[in-house]
Amino acid sequence: MTSVLIESVTDRFPDAVSASHAYRGDQTVVVRPEFLLEIARFLKEDPALQMNLLVDVTAVDYSAFGKGPAPAFFASSGVAVKPSSQIQDEDPWPGPPEKIRFTVVYHFYSIQHKHRLRLVIPVEETEAALDSLTTLWAAADWLEREVWDMYGIRFNGHPNLKRILMYEEFEGYPLRKDYPVNKRQPLIGPVN
Amino acid sequence: METEQTAEKPAELEIREMMLNIGPAHPAMHGIIRLVVNLDGEQIHDADVEIGFLHRGFEKMAEEVDYNGIIPYTDRLNYVSPLINNMGYCMAVEKLLGISVPQRCHYIRVILSEISRIGDHLTCVGATAMELGAFSVFLYMIKAREFLWELVEMVTGARMTVSFCRVGGVKADLPEAFPGDCAEAFKEVRKVIAESDGLLTRNRIFVDRMDGTGIISAEDAISYGITGPFLRSTGVEYDVRKDCPYSVYDQLPFDVPVGTRGDNMDRYLVRMEEMEQSMLIVEAALRDIPPGEVLANPETGRPIPAAQMVDLAKMGEIEPISGGCAVVGPTLEGSGRAQRSSIAVDEKRVFLPPKEDAYGNIEGLMQQFKLVMLGHGLRPPEGEVYFPVEGANGELGYYVVSDGASSAYRVRVRPPCFAIMSALSMLLEGEMLADIVPTFGSVNMIGGELDR
Repeated sequence: MTSVLIESVTDRFPDAVSASHAYRGDQTVVVRPEFLLEIARFLKEDPALQMNLLVDVTAVDYSAFGKGPAPAFFASSGVAVKPSSQIQDEDPWPGPPEKIRFTVVYHFYSIQHKHRLRLVIPVEETEAALDSLTTLWAAADWLEREVWDMYGIRFNGHPNLKRILMYEEFEGYPLRKDYPVNKRQPLIGPVN
Repeated sequence: METEQTAEKPAELEIREMMLNIGPAHPAMHGIIRLVVNLDGEQIHDADVEIGFLHRGFEKMAEEVDYNGIIPYTDRLNYVSPLINNMGYCMAVEKLLGISVPQRCHYIRVILSEISRIGDHLTCVGATAMELGAFSVFLYMIKAREFLWELVEMVTGARMTVSFCRVGGVKADLPEAFPGDCAEAFKEVRKVIAESDGLLTRNRIFVDRMDGTGIISAEDAISYGITGPFLRSTGVEYDVRKDCPYSVYDQLPFDVPVGTRGDNMDRYLVRMEEMEQSMLIVEAALRDIPPGEVLANPETGRPIPAAQMVDLAKMGEIEPISGGCAVVGPTLEGSGRAQRSSIAVDEKRVFLPPKEDAYGNIEGLMQQFKLVMLGHGLRPPEGEVYFPVEGANGELGYYVVSDGASSAYRVRVRPPCFAIMSALSMLLEGEMLADIVPTFGSVNMIGGELDR
């Protein structure tokens, strides 16, 4: 199932798009990081797309994907609700990016045309940086700060890239999979 | 001589900006947030907004617990309209699972989330009015909210943190008396709204503070990613319920009120009208809702106390309990075997069995254990979905990634007031210090979803 949205991005940027799918009806294109700003500008300004609302920017750390700890000592025998193949959905999910730790996920929406598009950008851990979209959307300011705060992914050209939910003295990036869930970093009081 | 002195004075006056720190705990800041404003006289030169004081690590916690375990956390994102949060999360997971709930369940969810939306708007308008000196309006509106919360309590058993939705259904069916009580409550709410409208809409003091303050243009609002009543006050007709209809919203008649100027007054008017529209939705939904299964009559349906049922089942005495209906505590009312098919999806691997089956037969018992035991539970296939619903403040989206395990790999909430708060410093620049109060009030900041 290829939609008009995916097609128009793929046609315009054949080198940039590495994969696309419409899993559960969510139009998604996976693009290379160096093309982000160009594609974002195209999405916003193309009259047929007009994705004027940057709904959300977030990231996913895929380093622990499918490696969940075996629960207790009995082997997990939970049954998947329905295997993907049984669900009426022509488009299968391509799976997480191979050997790349993070993806940054952008959700766009067009108020005029009422369509949504998800942009997924795989980002290597060693050079975790992307172009900032603050020049195109004011919403990118805080959203990118949150991604930096939670995942340590830099945004080049961001005017004020500092922590937003955590405090300045906080060490590490809490939503990375290698950050322990019960680790405490109190500014005052005993450290565990 | 004197005239010379006054003429010279302006040149000698040293103009200094004053830095004023407002918050994190301040009576007019309902929520914990810090504003550092630079004042030139009474005018705000620039404002720095600092958030994160209520960060509780929702997204991290969501990766640790199982899918149904996240629902109580979603309550606490926006404690005034928790049912909308519940619904958004459950529908995101249902999209991932590729299942859809029964029609009656859709209606129950819509009815309750619209009731929550009214409560949320009442709180927002009431609090704004109180901060501008109209304390009685606040009390009236809280009184009206109380009527609505009584309805919520009647259905869910709780007032604020309801945890009512389940992945694949809702906890219980609507009680029989619900439509009547709802009509009664709405009568009271309408009275309060009319009363408050009379007290505020043409009130000189209120209008002077709200009119023309906190103005945002439609372009700016879109650029900041603002949605909900805040965006609609600028004239942009974007409502997730209308534009990307989910559940049964496409079958229900309602209008989307929009403003023209994008100031505090317009936001107040949009919220006032939305409450009326929400009530119309609930009334239409209660008319159209498909009837539920015939409730097993506790008199004739062989009622057996649940504890006794367990004892009988342990001894293998199945006969008296098969076909009987369990008398459970009030918290489980409406979730029996009879109502099951109208409130939840018919999928054993998603939804808990009714108590009659869990106590009464081995299949039900296994189903219960398979869902609640550690490492078992609900397991959606691998994939990622995004599902938006219209929260009281705007688009509330859930982005869920699953790796096929019993707990979510990643749950991201797109909180509506995050976008609005990021525009706050722009909104306040150039305004007077006193305008912070109405502007911040109309933002309707909810610390829970802002900081997560």
